[in-house]
Amino acid sequence: MSHSFFGGVHPAEHKAATEGKPIVPMEVAPQQVVLPMSMHVGAPCKPIVAVGDQVTVGQKIAEPAGLGAPIHASVSGKVVAVEPRPHPGGDKVMAVVIENDGLDTFGSELTPHADFSGLTTEQIVDIVREAGITGMGGAGFPTHVKIQSAIGKADTIIINAAECEPYITSDHRLMLEHPQEIITGVQIIMQALQLKSAVIGVEDNKMDAVKVLEETLQGKDTGITVLAAKTRYPQGAEKQLIQRVTGRQVPPGKLPADVACAVFNVSTAYAIYEAVCLGRPLTRRGVTVSGEGVANPCNLMVPIGTPLQHIVDQAGGLTENAAWVLMGGPMMGIAQYDLSAPMIKGTNALTCMVPAEHAPAVTDPVCIRCGKCVEACPMHLEPMYINMYTTARRYEETEQFHVTDCIECGSCAYTCPAGIPLVQNIRVAKIQLRALAQKAKS
Amino acid sequence: MNNPLSVASSPHLSGKATTRSLMLDVLISLVPAMAAAVFFWGPRALVLTLVTVAACVVFEYAYRRLMKQTSSVGDLSACVTGVLLAFCLPANAPYWLAIIGAFFAIVIVKQLFGGLGKNFMNPALAARCFLFSYPTLMTTWAAPNNMLPVFGITDEYVSAVSTATPLANMHLATPVLPDATLTQMFVGQIGGCLGEVSAVMLIIGGIYLVTRKVISPRIPLCYIGTVAVLTFLFPRGGIDRLDWMLYSVLGGGLLLGAIFMATDYVTSPITKRGQVIYAIGCGLLTVFIRYFGSYPEGVSYSILVMNAFAWMFDKFGKPHRFGTPHFWEKSKAKEGAAK
Repeated sequence: MSHSFFGGVHPAEHKAATEGKPIVPMEVAPQQVVLPMSMHVGAPCKPIVAVGDQVTVGQKIAEPAGLGAPIHASVSGKVVAVEPRPHPGGDKVMAVVIENDGLDTFGSELTPHADFSGLTTEQIVDIVREAGITGMGGAGFPTHVKIQSAIGKADTIIINAAECEPYITSDHRLMLEHPQEIITGVQIIMQALQLKSAVIGVEDNKMDAVKVLEETLQGKDTGITVLAAKTRYPQGAEKQLIQRVTGRQVPPGKLPADVACAVFNVSTAYAIYEAVCLGRPLTRRGVTVSGEGVANPCNLMVPIGTPLQHIVDQAGGLTENAAWVLMGGPMMGIAQYDLSAPMIKGTNALTCMVPAEHAPAVTDPVCIRCGKCVEACPMHLEPMYINMYTTARRYEETEQFHVTDCIECGSCAYTCPAGIPLVQNIRVAKIQLRALAQKAKS
Repeated sequence: MNNPLSVASSPHLSGKATTRSLMLDVLISLVPAMAAAVFFWGPRALVLTLVTVAACVVFEYAYRRLMKQTSSVGDLSACVTGVLLAFCLPANAPYWLAIIGAFFAIVIVKQLFGGLGKNFMNPALAARCFLFSYPTLMTTWAAPNNMLPVFGITDEYVSAVSTATPLANMHLATPVLPDATLTQMFVGQIGGCLGEVSAVMLIIGGIYLVTRKVISPRIPLCYIGTVAVLTFLFPRGGIDRLDWMLYSVLGGGLLLGAIFMATDYVTSPITKRGQVIYAIGCGLLTVFIRYFGSYPEGVSYSILVMNAFAWMFDKFGKPHRFGTPHFWEKSKAKEGAAK
């Protein structure tokens, strides 16, 4: 099975700094954790604890209101505030702040099922929901909803271990350190969806991980295969990975289930294993801290809600000339301006950059119509024309260029020789279109 | 420390290529053809090219300065225009002719439309066509292997050493093949414009551009391929079709046009399918003009005409929308529904 996706780019990988470093717990635990009520796609959660409450690690502190997943305390201690706090996605969001007592007392309502073979689909979905698991690759779609929507529809399970963003190695390390647990997680998903096979998609810049996974699978009749795909950004974008593995294209505005696929991040599979087999809700995850702007690039196991400043400090702190801290990798990461914001469930990396690493800002960039953006767009769009209409403020006309199909992977802007902020302008067009649609409604 | 942190929209990385580096690559790719011209006509070929480049840069700088716009000399696009314009002049063309051409290319065709990226015609080609207001100067070619004097070139001198281009022979009422051998055609020992004669050097430059990913081979291959197929199918004057095809491809400005002019970013379509339509259109028009026009060469006019259609071809060539059925799948789906 080999179907390539169209376009893409291949930025310098910068993974060497951290790919040899195991995921280790932070030397100093955070004094406080800030758990925003929005860590997933969907509606914000509702806090179910009040200031002064004593909580344990794994205790549920917020319930979803609508589409979402519950949130659990990631440290034990006392709730000291329930108030809006800075969110890594920008703006302030209602959050529960817990003062860490440093004891890490564990207490969860989940029961461990070391042998999961007797569990039904409904039971697994229940555990995944109660464990608060959301997609851990970045977007943060509630995982139990994903499983539910795929039941009876999906014929292919894809585990996304592409990790195509430069600098990030947290999934890579997880595969090297916990291959058996990941495979168990995949088997749980297979059982929930009652499918006999699954594909783990890895990029071929992580052949050691491919080898470890294959060795773990050897001699067992699991139905799981490992696919080493040629390294190319954005291989780990859901639609592109589906195309790479199955040749299917997800129609505009549709979900993977519409082309009979269910895609889970490899860290999500690991979290599912922890929830089902160990009875451990999602309260921590591996985070890569890397880039020229941080003193000791490393992989850390971080309690969810840890303020970014604390994580950066645990990696030796920012260097003198560090100018950027991105949540995520450099291609899609969100630039942070306030390091008191916490990391969330989807935070796989903090990329700290010095100005020399960062794309230069070009004043008055001039499009030379080279067409490189068209050649790079994995969604078959024409960023150049979208940009042209956006800068002319003719937002309605960007619709005919299917601007809403854009996955904002950044390949176009990366490749643009003129340095035009194409993704930024595409975002502007999307926002304006949404506003126009709203206006038309009211 | 580190406060305030910088923020910007993702992506936070950029590729190595810049407008300047791409233009520099184009200049490098033109060096082999330049070397061939110096080999055939001596240093005057180089001096003429330098004069043209200098004039283009001066006009670009002066216009932007006068209009109080930011200077765009640094992007090197004016240098590329200069070299390309010189390449489609005879090596014996007077310097003042080149300077007039540079003015037309940079000021009229490029800057009046808004500068780099906004012109709808290739500046160098448009200037070449404008310079045909001096038909004798533009169509008197010194034969190769004549070391032209750098200064004081006279009409008498030129007419003494001039030669006909291969295409002129092939455009006679009864077309005949030029007396050059195919090897001579390939190396460039033929009459013609400064930069167009040496097929092998142009192809080396083209391969450089493709390996550096400055251009895709799509436009040159479709363009040259169309001309090759048509001339192979319709040879003239009872000449062997293979010979006719090879002489048609190697003679005249086809390679220079297909590799360096038709691929000009600004004036060609940006979509894959658009580029294919555009290149085939260039090929059709070239053969049409060569066969039925009063002038033996059609490359520059056909590219200019197709330049004007570039945006339309982008509409035709709109990429297939991700995740939607192709037209053949649509009809299948309809059949399925009918059943």
